[in-house]
Amino acid sequence: MVPVQWYVWLGLALFMVGVFGFLTRRSIIMMFLSIEIMLNAVNLLFVAFAHFLNDLRGHMMVIFIITVAAAEAAMGLAILVSVVRNRLSAHVDEIKQMKG
Amino acid sequence: MNPIVFGYLAAAILLLSLLAVTNKNPVHAILLVIVMFFHMAVMYIGLGAEFLAAVQVIVYAGAILVLFLFVVFVLNIREETGGERFSSVWPFGLSIATGLLLLAVILSGKVRLGAMGPYTPQVIAAETHTKILGRVLYTDYILPFEISSLILLVAVVGAITLAGREDR
Repeated sequence: MVPVQWYVWLGLALFMVGVFGFLTRRSIIMMFLSIEIMLNAVNLLFVAFAHFLNDLRGHMMVIFIITVAAAEAAMGLAILVSVVRNRLSAHVDEIKQMKG
Repeated sequence: MNPIVFGYLAAAILLLSLLAVTNKNPVHAILLVIVMFFHMAVMYIGLGAEFLAAVQVIVYAGAILVLFLFVVFVLNIREETGGERFSSVWPFGLSIATGLLLLAVILSGKVRLGAMGPYTPQVIAAETHTKILGRVLYTDYILPFEISSLILLVAVVGAITLAGREDR
């Protein structure tokens, strides 16, 4: 049997990969992909704890997280499409029209 | 779960996600993340969550990441133009992620499991995971369920408003 600690470490490492990607990538689409990786790390921790605690609340949280992640991806990508269509850039450090 | 299976899945998940966040080509990165999500679905099956594994494959890999692929396709971002794929402040991002990881690993030694719930693997296996999840979802979690339907409605309306063409 695998102890719960291993799942915690895997979830933490995966979350930090997502943090790294979100903070360092220039492309907005890669930043959204990093957010999805972070959400998956949290989902893994919820499922692991639900399994080791004999409880279903973690599974419920995962269902709602996936729902909200779908809404977030749709909204974020719509904003990206609208930004690129208005002749701005798909890179975060080139979008500085509001800089004073 | 067998430790060898866990080791393979963990190594594959970490390697695929690291390759994805450092990849130059967004299409390759999205495909790597899709493969990572399939490994995650196998992990869910190992944890006794078959319905969530199916949702992971259908909704995450099948809908959300295909939406990503469609946006890359629509915007025609084949390669990241402008050469540099990391922003100029990447050492800060790397040090923040490493520091948070160290802090979290130190604190993860303090993890204690709380009180056990009533849903042992035997109970779930006797009544099947999907059925038991549906019963809990439509009784105890009916209000969050309704709210999530509203969130999806707002996302649909908002996405059409933001991305739709003005001249039509």
